[in-house]
Amino acid sequence: MEKQNLKAWLYLLPAFLFLGAFMIYPLIDVFVYSFEEGYNSASQTFYGVGMYNYSYVLHDPYFLQALKNTFILVIITVPVSTGLALLISAALSSIKPLRDLFQTIFFLPYVTNTLAVGLVFMILFKKTPYSDGLINLLIQFFGGSSVDFIDGPYWAKMFVLCFYTIWIVMPFKILILTSALASVNPMYYNAARVDGTSRFRMFTKITLPMISPMVFYLIITGFIGAFKAYSDAVALFGTNLNAAEMNTIVGYVYDMLYGDSGGYPSYASAAAILLFAIVLTITCINLLVSKKHVHYV
Amino acid sequence: MKIVLQHLTKKFPARGPVRGRKNREDVIAVNDFDFEIPDGKLIGLLGPSGCGKSTALNLICGLLKPTDGKIFFGEDDVTGLPPENRGVGMVFQNYALYPHLTVEKNIQFPLENLKGADKLSKEEMNKRVLEAAKLVQIDHLLERKPNELSGGQQQRVAIARALVKLPKVLLLDEPLSNLDARLRLQTREEIRRIQQETQITTIFVTHDQDEAMSISDMIVVMKDGIVQQIGKPQNVYDDPVNLFVAKFLGTPPINVFSGEVKNEQLYIGSEAVLSTPGVADQPVHVGIRPEGFVLKEDGPLSCDLVRLEVMGRDVSIVSTHEKSQNVTIRSIIDADEGRSLPTGKVHFALKPAKVFLFCTDTEERIRF
Repeated sequence: MEKQNLKAWLYLLPAFLFLGAFMIYPLIDVFVYSFEEGYNSASQTFYGVGMYNYSYVLHDPYFLQALKNTFILVIITVPVSTGLALLISAALSSIKPLRDLFQTIFFLPYVTNTLAVGLVFMILFKKTPYSDGLINLLIQFFGGSSVDFIDGPYWAKMFVLCFYTIWIVMPFKILILTSALASVNPMYYNAARVDGTSRFRMFTKITLPMISPMVFYLIITGFIGAFKAYSDAVALFGTNLNAAEMNTIVGYVYDMLYGDSGGYPSYASAAAILLFAIVLTITCINLLVSKKHVHYV
Repeated sequence: MKIVLQHLTKKFPARGPVRGRKNREDVIAVNDFDFEIPDGKLIGLLGPSGCGKSTALNLICGLLKPTDGKIFFGEDDVTGLPPENRGVGMVFQNYALYPHLTVEKNIQFPLENLKGADKLSKEEMNKRVLEAAKLVQIDHLLERKPNELSGGQQQRVAIARALVKLPKVLLLDEPLSNLDARLRLQTREEIRRIQQETQITTIFVTHDQDEAMSISDMIVVMKDGIVQQIGKPQNVYDDPVNLFVAKFLGTPPINVFSGEVKNEQLYIGSEAVLSTPGVADQPVHVGIRPEGFVLKEDGPLSCDLVRLEVMGRDVSIVSTHEKSQNVTIRSIIDADEGRSLPTGKVHFALKPAKVFLFCTDTEERIRF
């Protein structure tokens, strides 16, 4: 028995080494950094140990801005994208002709490069001295006044960021949900039809509970993904996100490390640990809520 | 509620001339069904796999639209009605119990769908659910989820769910196929009891002739979408109209020989085994039920004994004959008679009522 155990550990060793070196050690390191005050990356020295880095980050208006942006992004995009994906995939599953075509079209954004999409969004939304952008032309056509979505007011920029994020994350959700819907045994719908169940009730009482594990998976990964948003904002507003008031928490961490005002790994670490704590909390809440509403069969 | 089927036909169209694909030709799953199912009876739709019996059930239920023909419930034409307006209860082969709902919620589900004047109060619903659950004797399991139940219990829940809305017609699609042998016996008695208690016209589909014979008031034997014979189980067994029906009903199955009628005498091989008055000279298929053999020293049909199978009440004699179309002939005789059996040859006399002749071309019955 002893020998067997030893053998098993030996087999696991390579995986443990890799995980340890590239996952666990950095995690601990970040944790340690976040408590080292006045760390100097050139000399690798620090003055003391304490909570100062956290205090600094939590009082930094840029961080608070990033926190606010991230939360708005999460709260808007996760429910909207999941809900829309659910609607679209339900519609997709109920049509027969052209279904493959629509599925392909809906999946296209997923295989398209983030920055390329960002460029397209810029062209659609940006207002320049020469052109108002397609969206503004539309707004004007319907009698509104044009808005600069890229360099304009905060809500306009946030709208574009949310719109863009939703557009980017939807294809994957549609893909997952259409296959989840297809896996529901049609006999349940037949049984429900014989009993005179309305379509709406069929969807809420049969379809949703049956695909609830997948919906839940999408919500959890959606939350985590949205909390870690960064590249989307860069694609739309460029690298100076603080100036655009569009920074996210990950963006803040990046800026603290490598940005123009960077070179503060301790602050970055503290922000990263804060993000970790937030994501962990939200995921735990999700798991608790799911116990009641997700049906694993 | 009596059910009348008038020239009911369902055709599944071909999927086009794609090479190597199935369904290149139209499939007529239900071909010109034209019969009446009397009120309050238990009817077994019987046939081999793929003969269209489930399709027929789905047509009656309304999940499928017929290509042709009409369906009447009582005097009402329900052909164009969707399933929910037909007042049918259906039990699916795999029960289709909603796995995320408790037994109680499952049974209650159809009641919650009722709208307008039919809408029930909570108390009424609970009362009806409890009644249905009591009828199928699962009222102690209401809090369970379907996957915490045995197959037989799930079956009962499915029946309760079908009965709770007080349907005029109860349809069961292969209701026993997912149960083990013992449970199958029990459950079919149960279905019989429930049907007799409720007096609901019930149609059930099965490929197991034993099942159909044992509990049905009437069986409908089908093959390739065409009704072969309709009647009381015993009548169909005793008087099959063609070789298919004769072969399909009965365990152990009927023994079939290649024979010939000459001068109103039936010959199997060179032996004249039975007189068949009024039958013209011709080659025939001879079907002999296992219980149609009588052991007799000087019996005309002599077979080579293979082995004896003693099963308590009676004895199976397994033997061979060169004209037999089955590999072995199985005959059942009383245990008392079979005790002192010689080895080698066995000689049989035949009971005329258990011998059926069939035309070799059409396989239709030739009566004598």
